Amino acid sequence: MLRIPAEMKRKKYWKETLEAYLYLLPTLAILGMFSFYPVVKSVIISFYDWHLLRKEQYFIGFENYQKLLSDRNFLLAISNTFRYVIGFVPISICLALIIAVLLNNKIRWRGALRLAYFLPWVTSSVAISMVWRWIYNQHYGLLNMALANLAWFVNKVVELVTFGSVAQVWQFSNINWLMEPRWTIINIVIISVWKSIGYYVVIFLAGLQNVPGELYEAAEVDGANSWQSFWKITLPLISPTTFFISIIAIIGAFKMFTEIYVLYTGSPGPLSSGLTIVYYVYRNAFERYRMGYASAAAYILFAIIFVFTLIQMYASKRRVHYDF
Amino acid sequence: MARTGMLAENQMWRYRLSHSLKRFFLYAVLIGGALIMIAPFAWMLSSSLKAPHEISLKYIKWLPESPQWRNYKIAWEAAPFAMYFKNSFFIATVCMLIEVTFSSLAAYAFAKMNFFGKNFLFVLFLGTMMIPGEVMLIPNYMTMVNVGWIDTYYSLIVPWTVSVFSIFLLRQFFMSIPHELFEAAILDGCGKFRYLITVMLPLSKPAVATVMLFKFIGSWNAFLWVLIMTNTPTMRTIPVGLTYFVSDVGAQYNYLMAASTFAMAPILILFLLLQKQFIQGIARTGLKG
Repeated sequence: MLRIPAEMKRKKYWKETLEAYLYLLPTLAILGMFSFYPVVKSVIISFYDWHLLRKEQYFIGFENYQKLLSDRNFLLAISNTFRYVIGFVPISICLALIIAVLLNNKIRWRGALRLAYFLPWVTSSVAISMVWRWIYNQHYGLLNMALANLAWFVNKVVELVTFGSVAQVWQFSNINWLMEPRWTIINIVIISVWKSIGYYVVIFLAGLQNVPGELYEAAEVDGANSWQSFWKITLPLISPTTFFISIIAIIGAFKMFTEIYVLYTGSPGPLSSGLTIVYYVYRNAFERYRMGYASAAAYILFAIIFVFTLIQMYASKRRVHYDF
Repeated sequence: MARTGMLAENQMWRYRLSHSLKRFFLYAVLIGGALIMIAPFAWMLSSSLKAPHEISLKYIKWLPESPQWRNYKIAWEAAPFAMYFKNSFFIATVCMLIEVTFSSLAAYAFAKMNFFGKNFLFVLFLGTMMIPGEVMLIPNYMTMVNVGWIDTYYSLIVPWTVSVFSIFLLRQFFMSIPHELFEAAILDGCGKFRYLITVMLPLSKPAVATVMLFKFIGSWNAFLWVLIMTNTPTMRTIPVGLTYFVSDVGAQYNYLMAASTFAMAPILILFLLLQKQFIQGIARTGLKG
């Protein structure tokens, strides 16, 4: 081993530092301009009464935050967002896990099936929300017509089974999906579960591929059925994947905007039932130009996401098993 | 087989029955689910080819009597879709090319060089991934107003030419290439930059392809930023143009579905051609979350 004098080593180190920063220069410039600077800047703006179309801006301390927390609409946006997250995250993860476990068997047309599940994820949210707007149509929408068919079928079966003594157990009349506030969050949950499930399936499949097959063989020899091996082997061993998916699912869910904007053509749904936090930020910043107020709202969103991520990190330390 | 051979006849029969029942349910669930996933696309295609009277039928009809191909022509001409397409293609392509260049340079520095502040920068970069883009939306908008970039290609391209996610993906891949190769090349007098171009990047084709694909699709589908950055139709991309198209045609869903179809067609075709790279790429990102 050649001994290099400390001084030369240091010189080499600084030369390499200079070189490395040349490679990093474009990235640092763009990130500095469009990530680091705005993060700091938006904190500052959030302490101002900042109106875009006005020359002077006034420092008002925490007033924006105080006003937000007593703003009915903002509280509604928070509650809507939470209801959406609580609906979307568990449903999409559970369904994706079920499909991934089923797809992980030795089956025919595996690639084609995976493709079918994945297809919605690559398509544009705008185009696809447009399609769903048509599907949710009260009179001619696919969903109501399919439900009507299903109701007819269920009624027929019940009638046959009970020899005609029970008729019409399911009285179906067309649901006005897009006009009734109680369906708004459910509509959005359906679209986004449908859209993102394939992405989670692909990640789960990668995780499942890492579970050694011998474990299942050993369990089978010991007399475990597939239900038991799912709970005792699969679930614990893919917990890092589940953890990763739950984090990206929650972060993504808190940022819901596009689907609502398109589904309700530029409004947050009937009676603001689809007003999410990002929608609230958008409306205040770009329709009303209240930049300070909107920045404060965006920071509250960031704080919520941050707290959730921390909770998950903490929970994962106790629940996620990294080693086989 | 050896195991089942030792079972009594009726046990074997039961085993076979339960096995085929399981298979049946497996296929039923998977194929049923896949049909539900495909249904909206099929409905979109079917509606886009329907005549006006078929659009307002109160029962499900998948196949239009005579496919109305002219719906596509009418929808295409009802709004400046050719321009929207041109914009989308241009922006997505340029974004993708610049991003992959910048990201490989940065990833190379992180993967193969020792420099002052490396760990600090690494954590800082990671940190930006945790911050929702919506927080930066307002200051970035104001920057664009100040620079005068509203309604220009610059505002739609420049902020999106760096993705920390791509940098990490490429760095991860670069690190998996044996370091001895690097040392040998440097010892033989190969410059670091030349090594990146002639060895590193060609060896990292899958990762580079993933990064490029993600960027192209992300850029093509981007909505909120384009919505607030553009005021004039000449700058709009496909998704934003589509939302304006809705307010123009209203409830004529056959034209709307035709427009949705050609709006998503390029990405769907790209995806179908490159689905293997794509799915492998996603699997890779999930592995060491």
